[in-house]
Amino acid sequence: MKTRNLVCIFFFLLLAGTSVSAFGQEVKEKTESEGKFDASSFILEHIADSHEWHIMTLQSGKNVSIYLPVILYSKEKGLDIFSSRKLADGNEYKGYKLEEEGDLQGKIVSVNTEGVADEKDLPIDFSMTKTVVGMLSAAIIGLLLFLSLSRSYKKSGISHPKGIQSFLEPVILFVRDDIAIPNIGVHKYEKFMPYLLSAFFFILINNLMGLIPFPPPFGANVTGNIAVTFVLATCTFLITQFSANRTYWRHIFAAPGVPFWLLPIMIPVEIIGLFSKPFALMIRLFANITAGHIIVLSLICLIFIFNSLSVAPVSIFFVIFMDFLELLVAFLQAYIFTLLSSLFIGMAIPENH
Amino acid sequence: MTGTMAAVGAGLAVIGAGLGIGRIGGSAMDAIARQPEAYSKIQIAMIIAAALIEGAALFAIVVALIAK
Repeated sequence: MKTRNLVCIFFFLLLAGTSVSAFGQEVKEKTESEGKFDASSFILEHIADSHEWHIMTLQSGKNVSIYLPVILYSKEKGLDIFSSRKLADGNEYKGYKLEEEGDLQGKIVSVNTEGVADEKDLPIDFSMTKTVVGMLSAAIIGLLLFLSLSRSYKKSGISHPKGIQSFLEPVILFVRDDIAIPNIGVHKYEKFMPYLLSAFFFILINNLMGLIPFPPPFGANVTGNIAVTFVLATCTFLITQFSANRTYWRHIFAAPGVPFWLLPIMIPVEIIGLFSKPFALMIRLFANITAGHIIVLSLICLIFIFNSLSVAPVSIFFVIFMDFLELLVAFLQAYIFTLLSSLFIGMAIPENH
Repeated sequence: MTGTMAAVGAGLAVIGAGLGIGRIGGSAMDAIARQPEAYSKIQIAMIIAAALIEGAALFAIVVALIAK
């Protein structure tokens, strides 16, 4: 087909699209008004964690979702495991209710027999929420990849790579040669390679899975959840502290060359620096991934805000462009997290100057 | 009011990030022009520095989101 014909068809479709309005599906019962499309609550719902995996809302208003198990432990009632379908639509089950509005929105509270929610003692929530299922799926994918890799090494020895080896081996060598050895040193890097490789591939696989919207184990916003990145940063923090040697602590509490009257200022500053580095790791990963998801969702919401089909080609084009950028950010953030972790570990086991 | 101020704050943070990453890109271009065979090393360093600056800008975005 000639390019000129294609361009003509494209503009004709654009023109035709202005006369057709797009039907936006309201996601939950929150937006009762028929007219306005509430973009911010739509976006925040897709970013946030939830007890059920929402797939679609039919035209009749019914939700089609996968109801994930809810696991609760409260001091009075003990352990309770049930499907979150029992708590859907604000129902109450076995004395538990999912809060819809207010301060405790999204959390499960225990209600006593009159129906009054107990806001002080929330039950401990071990549920398998969307994020947990996404994390476990990423772990299973990682295990499959690396166990098959090690099996193929056992069978054929260190020979020329074939199959999945040829994809994973350069990445693993990259982590070793460009991240671990320059920062930790050629003698001590081996102890920390398992952690660095795990962190790198965990973050990478979860970032990539968050970009694919469908089918269900993909599309869970794992690394965009600040609790997950908090745990990753805590792992780095604990590893640096527990492998630090005496020179490191001496640098914090009595940095060489500092006059003693400056120490009351230097010591708090150094201690704040000790905590701010993993904190920055946490915020950087969380904000990058969440910001990417919010941008893609907002661009798609543009179609429904303008309520016309002609916005769709422009919007989809921008979404594709942002998805490429997100792909780059997924790899880059995994690399930066691992690089900075190895840098902190390397600083904690300093060789002699 | 806090919603508007949060949006203004986020916009200011992006100005800082844009300036910073722009300067890094400019220096990287100069360096590549001087020595084209060092292209890949310079590119890696540029991307790392850009990601770190972006981390700082996203601090501000997170604070803006919390403040809203």
